[in-house]
Amino acid sequence: MEPIRIIKSKATPLDMANIDTDQIIPKQFLKLIQKTGYGKYLFYDWRFDKNGKLKPNFVLNDPKYQGREILVTRDNFGSGSSREHAVWALEDYGFKAIIAPSFADIFYSNCFKNGILPIKLNASDVEYLIRDADDEEIKIDLAVQEVLVAHKILHFQIDESRKKKLLEGLDDIDITLNMESQIAEYEKKKSTSDHMIFTWKIR
Amino acid sequence: MASKVAITANDYISAQLIIDKHMSETLFEKIWDSHVVGPGNESEQGPSLLYIDRHLIHEVTSPQAFAGLRAIGRTVRRPELTFATMDHNVPTDNRSLPIVDPISSLQIHRLEQNCKDFGITLFDVNSPDQGIVHIIAPELGITLPGTTIVCGDSHTSTHGAFGTIAFGIGTSEVEHVLATQCLWMDKPKTFAINIVGSPRNPRAVTAKDVILSLIRQIGTSGATSTVIEYRGETISKFSMEERMTICNMSIEAGARAGLIAPDRTTFEYIRGRRYAPQGEQFEKMVEFWEENLTTDPNAQFDESFILNVDHLAPQVSWGTNPSMVVDVTETIPFPADFAKGSENERKAAFRALDYMALEPGTPIVEIPIDRVFIGSCTNSRLGDLLEASIIAKGRKVSPNVRAMVVPGSQQVKREAERLGLDKIFKAAGFEWRESGCSMCLGMNPDILAPGERCASTSNRNFEGRQGTGGKTHLVSPVMAAAAAIEGHFVDIRDWL
Ligand code: SF4
Repeated sequence: MEPIRIIKSKATPLDMANIDTDQIIPKQFLKLIQKTGYGKYLFYDWRFDKNGKLKPNFVLNDPKYQGREILVTRDNFGSGSSREHAVWALEDYGFKAIIAPSFADIFYSNCFKNGILPIKLNASDVEYLIRDADDEEIKIDLAVQEVLVAHKILHFQIDESRKKKLLEGLDDIDITLNMESQIAEYEKKKSTSDHMIFTWKIR
Repeated sequence: MASKVAITANDYISAQLIIDKHMSETLFEKIWDSHVVGPGNESEQGPSLLYIDRHLIHEVTSPQAFAGLRAIGRTVRRPELTFATMDHNVPTDNRSLPIVDPISSLQIHRLEQNCKDFGITLFDVNSPDQGIVHIIAPELGITLPGTTIVCGDSHTSTHGAFGTIAFGIGTSEVEHVLATQCLWMDKPKTFAINIVGSPRNPRAVTAKDVILSLIRQIGTSGATSTVIEYRGETISKFSMEERMTICNMSIEAGARAGLIAPDRTTFEYIRGRRYAPQGEQFEKMVEFWEENLTTDPNAQFDESFILNVDHLAPQVSWGTNPSMVVDVTETIPFPADFAKGSENERKAAFRALDYMALEPGTPIVEIPIDRVFIGSCTNSRLGDLLEASIIAKGRKVSPNVRAMVVPGSQQVKREAERLGLDKIFKAAGFEWRESGCSMCLGMNPDILAPGERCASTSNRNFEGRQGTGGKTHLVSPVMAAAAAIEGHFVDIRDWL
């Protein structure tokens, strides 16, 4: 995974709460067996009409917002289905950070696995970004946990270990495999401890 | 063809809990603490590495995970703790025909290959045990109290009905669990939801109505980052099937998982199931479960909520998320009333009404229905079908409605057929299908046409969920069956 440190871009405002992953990527695009190439299906039913033509009034289709790497949206973004395809689609489309007052849990955790930075800001900061700052250059500095926009500095919270993984582009599985002795010890404890209540033949 | 089971050196597993006798812990905390592998006591902050006792996989969210393993030459750490089935995009009509959609077919063959290569038990399309992953794991005794279960599917919360920490994960996490049998997770907060009272007519007001009414009250993010423990007399009286319906939809309130302390009802359900401990071992387990899998009397929850269901009416969703719900006796709400002053909610309600093509003030019972779907991991177990069949018996599906019943598993289907339910449904004009997710998410050919309106026993009424432009109303099985007969919603309390 590519490390993330600084993200600089203007933002695309998606002024809606509770956007679920069925909207981010409709299920007809879950049938692929690879991880890439989902960007063209992002928000498919909102971006395209029945005939596959761009719907002019959807914000992602507005020429002004092309090529932006930050998405700003409202509460509870990414609710519903656990499909990681939602994050793959956002990433493949070109978003590197998503700012919202809150995220659904599974979506939030999926972001970190795919090098997208989800940032929780309070509702009034998000309001500001959506209403007043949609033409301002934004600089996100993960190391110091700051969003710099116009002359404001908006601070955000993020779990230290997750931040470290993004900053260093670390792979979760490698980290865990390095804990092999702890895992093996746990398995041993499970199967041999005095507290062992039962074992059974699973096959 | 069932995949061949690879014999591993370690064909015994133990899944006992190592529970410290701390006082005043919640059930969730006890199970959680007994599964923490690391990083160790020094770091109270940040995610814990949690041991996973059972990993369920299906065809849609697993191919990329296996591809990831192969790319780096990694293997599956505990294939014997991993179980696979095909449910999301399998056809539910004639199983003897080849799958028409080449991509569905590719996913299905890929899962077969992956299970074969990595030695994972697979209940494939032709297996007598195939079905929706959250239906078959309890049926087969794979789901057990006090364990941790994950699956790349958000409705994994269903298994919490057994006093299990069960949650949905993303595909990268599927890969992580395959490789390490562990998962990094932040410890969720705890949320006690006490459900008290009993509906006047429990046949007409079901577990589905209870959970819809709860989500209506606490909202779709009301339980975000928490694990709900459902408690109270109403829950104790519920069957395992009803408890699964409740836990299933925890995710719709934003919860990470939902769970219910196991009791006699739970143990009797598990007794004798294939992958559960048997005989004396089982009795020992019951003793252990009874003693340990409870929330201590003085334990503190981070949040709590009381739901009284004494006067609950059958619930019907009118909008595009599962909190947009009213009583069947009510009318479509006005956005301003619904939103209680929140501008975002008001906008969302407007949008929902527009999408659903509904006018505020319309009585729910006057909404005409085009399609009915009885199925999904929320409501496709034997009890659901039995109750719906009572409504269907001796009646006819409205000529304006196309209705289908999709049993959750082959086992449910066989049992239902043994009871003659298939004949009742077919005589009434319902289609009787093979098991799978079907029109719950419309990844297979079972979808709504644009504009079609459906009474559905599933769990999500999102825009386009059941087919682009389709309109979904979430209801209980008896409400769905009655809507099929009448061609519009009815207050099922008048019939039962
Ligand atoms: S029935 Fe629906 S909710 Fe359940 S696992 Fe299948 S698609 Fe998901």
